[in-house]
Amino acid sequence: MGKNIRMKAEGVNFFYGKNQVLKNITLEIHDHAVTAIIGPSGCGKSTFIRLLNRMNELVLNTNLEGDILFDGESIVGDQMDPVELRRKVGMVFQKPNPFPKSIFDNIAYGLQVNGVKDKDLIEKKVIESIKKAALWEEVKNRLHDSALGLSGGQQQRLCIARCLAIEPEVILFDEPCASLDPISTHKVEELILELKKDYTIVIVTHNMQQAARVSDYTGFFYMGEMVEFDKTEVIFTRPRDKRTEDYITGRFG
Amino acid sequence: MKLKFSNIIQVLGFMILRLCMICVLLILVVIFYDIITKGIGVVSWEFITKPPVDGMTKGGIYPAIIGTFFITMITAILSVPLGMGCAIFLNEYARDNGLTRFIRMSIRNLSGVPSIVYGLFGVALFVEGCHFGTSILAAGCTLGLMTLPLTITASEEALKTVPRAYREGSLALGATKWQSIWTNVLPYAVPGMLTGTILGLSRAAGETAPILFTGAAFFLPDVPNSVFSQFMALPYHLYIMSTQHHNISLVRPIAYGTALVLIILIFAMNSIAIITRYHLRKKGIAHG
Repeated sequence: MGKNIRMKAEGVNFFYGKNQVLKNITLEIHDHAVTAIIGPSGCGKSTFIRLLNRMNELVLNTNLEGDILFDGESIVGDQMDPVELRRKVGMVFQKPNPFPKSIFDNIAYGLQVNGVKDKDLIEKKVIESIKKAALWEEVKNRLHDSALGLSGGQQQRLCIARCLAIEPEVILFDEPCASLDPISTHKVEELILELKKDYTIVIVTHNMQQAARVSDYTGFFYMGEMVEFDKTEVIFTRPRDKRTEDYITGRFG
Repeated sequence: MKLKFSNIIQVLGFMILRLCMICVLLILVVIFYDIITKGIGVVSWEFITKPPVDGMTKGGIYPAIIGTFFITMITAILSVPLGMGCAIFLNEYARDNGLTRFIRMSIRNLSGVPSIVYGLFGVALFVEGCHFGTSILAAGCTLGLMTLPLTITASEEALKTVPRAYREGSLALGATKWQSIWTNVLPYAVPGMLTGTILGLSRAAGETAPILFTGAAFFLPDVPNSVFSQFMALPYHLYIMSTQHHNISLVRPIAYGTALVLIILIFAMNSIAIITRYHLRKKGIAHG
């Protein structure tokens, strides 16, 4: 594995019951870069990203073949504790999912479940995370108000802050802007570009322009297969596969 | 023309629905009116603080109130932790397979078992099997068993209303499943669980059949002094006053008074359930 590869999928097949949703996916995720996974609905892109922090284990009757590596170590078997993995590989979901707690408590939650008890340290990290998520100016005067009172875009940045607080190494974004308006989307995209300096990022999106704007590498998924993977500029200017070209030119999807 | 016809249908339809509602309301009002007007005359401070005297033709129903209180406590102690624990296990931990589906189905079926059957079962298991004798403990345990299916089902429904996103959100932050359930699922499910549980308990408090063979006594001059004592209970007292007493027409007012007290108690318990839920929900930042 190359030095700048953080995660790698090797020949991954994934099944829901008898239904195969991922077919022989091999993909490398580069360090300190944004890797976008694009494709039409139902192509398996969300399923794939949820394999990277073993979130699919919550779904029953699934079966995984092949291997997924994180820093060269397999994360799919029993030797990897999924809780340990999720502390290093954070996730931001499609629909903002703040807990019905205060803004402060939402972010402190991740620290608390990870055993941080020092109140000063928690406060310091909460504020730091909110600032990193570019939310500070909007919430600094109401940290103890309910997070449910925030707008959708603010809620999503709160979820990003919550994720940053536990200091992951990789952050997975599962269609983070799917339910946001264009202005909020723009803010989240700017944030992703900023976060790239410190984190390795994987983003699933069905919005091609978004992939083009934020990512360094892009993989195109179609019907459970990875049709093409390359540097984003290559995918969007000189796709090799006809299906990729059709998708990015808007002929389907 | 067609539009007019569908309008008539609509008006007629809503009228029938409104009539159904009024019928139900009317039945309730008649029952309450009957019990309150006939019972209110005997209910007094004496009535709820003094034991029956003169062959139960005079005096109060204090021992029956205390008996009902104690068996309901035993019922709660047994069915609340067991029921909630079982529901948490079924909903959060157990895999959804043939076995758990069978268990769920059995639990639902158990809630349909007639209460008199629970009474017989209580005699076999608690009175004789566990050597509790006919006692508060045996009757409370029998009612506890009877309430369990309700408690489990209500608790599971409450857990199901907690969005999956809360569970996924906390797991994604590196919480263990245990942490996720305790800190990010239960706090939002507890109001619903409590409501269901208290409603189950108030049903148990009004049951006669399960305590008939397991510890309820016709008449006791004193309040019970241990969980192994026999006891008087409001629903059973009502039953004997209406059917078993040597002078039924004479004690009719006492029967109505007993019914009124029982209804007030159960109404109070249900109100507690509603108030608890309201307060916990407010604290849980407007969930559900």
